[in-house]
Amino acid sequence: MGTRLNLLNAARSLWHSIRELSGDDGYERYLQHHAAAHPDTPPLSRIDWFAHEQQQKWTGVKRCC
Amino acid sequence: MKTSISKIILWLSVALLGASAVGGIALNRGESINALWFITAALCVYAIAYRFYAAWIAATVLSIDETRATPAERLNNGRDYVPTNRWIVFGHHFAAIAGPGPLVGPTLAAQFGYLPGTLWILFGAVLGGCVQDMVTLFFSTRRNGKSLGQMARDELGAIGGVAALMATFMIMIILIAVLGLVVVNAMKNSPWATSTVAATIPIAMLVGLYMYKLRPGRVLEGSILGVLLLLLAVAGGGWIDHQAGLRELFNHPGLPLAFAVIGYGFAAAILPVWMLLAPRDYLSTFVKLGTVTLLAAAIFLLRPEIKMPALTQFIDGSGPIFGGALFPFVFITIACGAISGFHSLIASGTTPKLLSNERDIRMIGYGGMLLEAMVAIMAMIAATVLDPGVFFAINSPAGVVGKEAADAVAKITSWGFPVTVEQMNLLAQQMGEATLFARTGGAPSLAVGMASIFGSAFGAGMLAMWYHFAIMFEAIFILTTLDAGTRVGRFMLQDMLGNIWPAMGRTSWYPSVLFSSAIVVAAWGYFLYIGVIDPNGGVNILWPLFGISNQILAAIALCAATGILVKSGKLRYAWITALPLTWLVIITSTASWQKLTSDDIRIGFLAAANSMSDKLAAGTLPPEKAAVAPQLIFNQQLDAVLVLFFLVMLWLIVGDTLRVCFRHLRGKPVPPLAETHYQETELERAWVRD
Repeated sequence: MGTRLNLLNAARSLWHSIRELSGDDGYERYLQHHAAAHPDTPPLSRIDWFAHEQQQKWTGVKRCC
Repeated sequence: MKTSISKIILWLSVALLGASAVGGIALNRGESINALWFITAALCVYAIAYRFYAAWIAATVLSIDETRATPAERLNNGRDYVPTNRWIVFGHHFAAIAGPGPLVGPTLAAQFGYLPGTLWILFGAVLGGCVQDMVTLFFSTRRNGKSLGQMARDELGAIGGVAALMATFMIMIILIAVLGLVVVNAMKNSPWATSTVAATIPIAMLVGLYMYKLRPGRVLEGSILGVLLLLLAVAGGGWIDHQAGLRELFNHPGLPLAFAVIGYGFAAAILPVWMLLAPRDYLSTFVKLGTVTLLAAAIFLLRPEIKMPALTQFIDGSGPIFGGALFPFVFITIACGAISGFHSLIASGTTPKLLSNERDIRMIGYGGMLLEAMVAIMAMIAATVLDPGVFFAINSPAGVVGKEAADAVAKITSWGFPVTVEQMNLLAQQMGEATLFARTGGAPSLAVGMASIFGSAFGAGMLAMWYHFAIMFEAIFILTTLDAGTRVGRFMLQDMLGNIWPAMGRTSWYPSVLFSSAIVVAAWGYFLYIGVIDPNGGVNILWPLFGISNQILAAIALCAATGILVKSGKLRYAWITALPLTWLVIITSTASWQKLTSDDIRIGFLAAANSMSDKLAAGTLPPEKAAVAPQLIFNQQLDAVLVLFFLVMLWLIVGDTLRVCFRHLRGKPVPPLAETHYQETELERAWVRD
C-alpha cells in the first residue's frame, strides 16, 4: 500500500511541477499573491490577467540564440 | 570519515573516466570512434567542473550568502519579482538561453573535424560560458536584477553602457538575419518543409486564441493541442508533397521564401504578443525539450559511430562551409554551446528576479549553461555521424563546389571524402526531398543526422518523417527567436529614438511601433536578402559576423564582472573572469582583423570586394553573377565597416575596464559598487521548495 501511495504522491508532485513550469497555474498563484498583498482591491479577471502577463513576459530580452 | 573516503574514490573515478574519454577522443586516429565517448567525456568534465570549480567560485570568489534576502523576496510583487522554486527557475532559464545557436554552430564547425569543436565545447563552457552566466546572474541578483547595460554603466562608466547597448542591437540584427537564412535554406524547393513551417503559423495563432479567448491562461491544454497539430502538420506536409497541384503552391526558390520570412517577421512584430509570439513560444519550448530528450535517448540506445575524422585538412582555412583557419574561427563559429554573450542578457534581468535564495545561483547559472553545452555536444554528434562526404555535399555552397551534382561529388571526393550522386539521390529520396546538395546553414544536415539517429533507434521506415520533424523543430524556435528578437530590437530603437523625439519612445504608440518595427525588419531583411542572392550561400559571411558580435557581447559581460571583482577587493580571484576575457579578446580581435585585412577572398571582406570589382570591371564574371555583383560588393564593404565597429567597441570597453581597475588599485576614485544592502532572508526554504 505504501508504495502505491508514494507513487501517487510522486505523480501528483510531478503534475504540480509541470503546471508550475509551464505557467498553467499562474492565475491561481496570482490570486493567492493578490489576496495576501492587496486584500482590499478586487483581482484581475482571468482574461485580463493573462493579457497583462503575456505583455510583460515579452518586454525585454526573453529569448536567446 | 567513511563517506568522505568513498566520495574521494567516486570523484577520482569520475576524473579518471573523464580523462580517458577526453584522451580517447583526442588521440583517436584513423578508426571510427563511438559517440558514447563524447557523452562520457562531457558528463565527466561537466560533473567535475560543477562539483569543484563552480562550488569554489560560489563559496570563495562570490561569497554566496544563503542568509541574504534576494530581490525576489524583498521586492516580491507577484509579477516579475517572485521567489520561485529553483527547478522551475532552472527550467525557465534553460528555455530562455537554449535556442538554435548551439545546434547550428557545432554543425558548421564540424568542417574542421570533430575534435576542435568538441574540445572547445567541453572546456570553453566550464571555464568561460558557465562562469560568465553564473557571475552575471550573481552580480545582477545583488543589484535587484539590473540589466547588463545598466551594470556596465554603473560599474565602469558611460562607455560600457553604450557599448553594451549597441552590441546588443547589432548582434540582434545579425542573429535574426542568419537564422532567417537557415530557415530559408531548409525550405527552399522543398514543398514538404515549406508547408510544414507555414502550417506552424496558423497553428500558433489557433493556440493563441485558445489560450487567450477560449480557455484563458490554460497554457498546458493549449500547448498539448498545438503540439499534436504540429505533428499532424509534419505528416500533412508529406501528403501535400505527393499532390501534384498542391505541391507547387509550396515549391519555391530561396528569394521568394526570404521575402515571405521578412513579411512574416514584420507582421509578427506588430501583432499583439498573445496572438503569435506567446503561443509559438509555448510550442517551441515543448518541442525543444521533447526533441532534445529524445535525441539523448536515441544516442544512448543506438550508440552511433562517428565517421568524421578528428581533424580535416580544412584547419588551414580552406574549408568549403566558411573560410578561415582553425584558430581563431572554430572559437567564433561555436559561440552558443561554449560561451555566448547573449546569455548575459538573460542572466541579468529576468532570471535574478525569480531566485528565492542565492544558493541556487550555481545550479541555475553554471548548471544551465552546462546543459546547453550538452545540447551542443549532441549537435556535434549528429553532424559527425554522417559520412563526411555527405556532410560536405549538404553543407557546401554551390559557389564553392559547383552547381551540378556531378561536379560537386567530384570535388568533394577529391578532398578525400568519397560520395556519389547515387548516394546523395538515395538519401534525398529517403528524406523526402528532391535534393540535399548545397543546403547550407546547418539545419538540413543536422536534420539528416537526427533523422538517421532517430531512424536507426526507433525504426527506419519513417526517415522522411523524422527529417521533416527535425526541420520543423528547428524552424519553430528559429521563428520564435526571429519574432522575439525583432520585438526587442524595436523596443531598443524606440528607446533610442525617444531621446530625439519623445513620442517615438512611447512603446504602444502605433505609428512608432510600425516605423521602428519596419526599420528593424529592414535591417535584418537586408542581410537575409544578400545572403540568399550570394552564390556562396551567405552563411559563410553571416555566421562569423554573428559569432564575433556574440563573443564581443560576452567580452562586455566579462569586463563588467572583472571590474566588479577588482573593485570588491577580489583582485586575486579576478582571473576567473579575466582569463576567459583575455581569450575572447584574442580570438575576436584576431578574427576581426583577418576579416578586415586578409588577402584571401574567402576570409577578408575587403579582399573579396576588391577582387569582385576587378572581375566585374574586366567583364570576366558570368552574367548571373555580374547582375548581383554590385550588391555583393557593397555588402562586403558594409560587413567590413561592421567588423571594424565591433572591434572598436571591444577595445573601448576593454580599455575602460582596465582604466577603472588601475584607478581602483592606485586608490583613485572609481564609480562605487552598486550592490544593494544586506537584508536577512525571512523565507523558509521548505516553503519555497514545495
